[in-house]
Amino acid sequence: MHHETTVLLIEIGALLFALGMLGRAGRRFGLSPIPLYLLAGLCFGKGGLLPLSASEEFIGIGAQIGVILLLVMLGLEYSADELVDNLRTAAPAGFLDMSLNALPGALFAILLGWDIKAALVLAGITWVSSSGVIAKVLGDLGRLGNRETPMILSVLVIEDLAMAFYLPIATAVLAGAGMLGGLSALGVAVVTVVAVLVVAIRYGTQISRFMSVKDPEALLLSVFGLTLFVAGVAAELKVSDAVGAFLVGIALSGPVAHHATQILSPLRDLFAAVFFVFFGLSTDPADMPPVLLPALGLAVLTMLTKVATGYLAARRAGIALPGRLRAGLALTPRGEFSVVIAGLAVASGVEPSLAPLATAYVLITVVFGPILARLPDYTWFKTLVHRRLAAQRAAAKPVPSVE
Amino acid sequence: MEQTPLPGIGVRHDLVTSSGRTVGVVSHRNGRRDLVLYDVDDPDSCLASIPLTDDEAEALADVLGASLMLGQLAGLRQQAAGLVTEQIALPAGSPFVGRRLGDTRARSRTRASIVAVLRDREVIASPGPSFQFEANDVVVAVGTRDGLDGVTAILAGDTDS
Repeated sequence: MHHETTVLLIEIGALLFALGMLGRAGRRFGLSPIPLYLLAGLCFGKGGLLPLSASEEFIGIGAQIGVILLLVMLGLEYSADELVDNLRTAAPAGFLDMSLNALPGALFAILLGWDIKAALVLAGITWVSSSGVIAKVLGDLGRLGNRETPMILSVLVIEDLAMAFYLPIATAVLAGAGMLGGLSALGVAVVTVVAVLVVAIRYGTQISRFMSVKDPEALLLSVFGLTLFVAGVAAELKVSDAVGAFLVGIALSGPVAHHATQILSPLRDLFAAVFFVFFGLSTDPADMPPVLLPALGLAVLTMLTKVATGYLAARRAGIALPGRLRAGLALTPRGEFSVVIAGLAVASGVEPSLAPLATAYVLITVVFGPILARLPDYTWFKTLVHRRLAAQRAAAKPVPSVE
Repeated sequence: MEQTPLPGIGVRHDLVTSSGRTVGVVSHRNGRRDLVLYDVDDPDSCLASIPLTDDEAEALADVLGASLMLGQLAGLRQQAAGLVTEQIALPAGSPFVGRRLGDTRARSRTRASIVAVLRDREVIASPGPSFQFEANDVVVAVGTRDGLDGVTAILAGDTDS
């Protein structure tokens, strides 16, 4: 065997094994594996503890497949009907979410003296909550039955759908097409997304019938192949490969989607881990210390705005104070999408300190978000909220005076 | 029963009981279901979320259905002294083995009702007219003494129909 190939095998093998051990250790503390993978990437990258030599190109390709798989799985979770219904009922919440969370990111970038491209990217990073992490946290805390949960999920769905428009704009602007190029990319994206939604709602069952559920191997190859193909075509058309993959996921429905989810998830876990490591690899740990403080500030600011988003959206849905706080705190973690967006910026070489800032930001929110989400379950928090509620009631209804 | 879609997860059914408590079932798309009980102080949150397997859910549904039926029977007995509940085994040579409950026309002919069928130690509560009898079924019927004797005769094939 070639010397280079053997080194590649050793490096990839050791890396994956280490990730497995890290993930296991993290699960013991209820920690999502995402921050651990990012930290591992930092250790193995340029300027890290143990720089990898032979496998960087391989990991780069694996990372791209990881993004595509993350997005196609996200699409598989939703049906086209669900997306359209959600858009109808939760559009105001989605709009509130965008204005409260994307704008602070953009303003922060301008404050740091960055250009408009970097501001657009940072807006995306602070906007999108991590649907993967949040869905897991809600399940772990036994909150799936809660009355505020449908509203939290709606906000996540709208964010994910909004990415189908945001990513093409970001890709075009980062490629130097300017605002006009961005708008034309948006036009293409809108037409494509609407066309896919219409086709999926009308002919979803026929498309899905085209693939057999009975043969898992054929299903794996056909769904995975179709996804890579459409992602490639979308990237060629400058609509972003991630969006192409997301749309494939939406177009598939019924039993095919259900089985595809099952057989693709091990692949997704593998390549998504590679993706997070790759992003960590592309960040030099030496660049981290100077951006730590801004990242912390941005994290605190945008976690507060997320809490406000959840609070207001839950109030709109008629949820009481404890539920509003639960919704707000649950929405704070940012994760895979923020890293995907930052990855776009890194690839196009805009603003060198953006990647370390994004890494630090995602690390902070993804570690502290789930901890914050747990807060409302503690007794002291509940008593605090109760006292507050009691005080409000007392203020609203003064004790009737004795006649 | 109120139904709420949970995008990406499944659907939630919930019900406010007359005692003011809320219970619900979260049905996941992958077939898992959770029985959820809501907090009294904070009705938006669930106090407990209990995952049920297929067998457990079925067993629970059976118990609820059967106890409901037995309760109704006890109620009937108290309300009307002349009513009798009886278990009638389907005779081996019954003409209704393999035929539908509706074919017996038991209710219109005897004014007694078939309220349940016991089969393989399971209770099939309120069987519909399209319910199909099998050998060894035991029919639970409610009616007057004469009515029940009529049902026994019909099931045995002793009447001309």
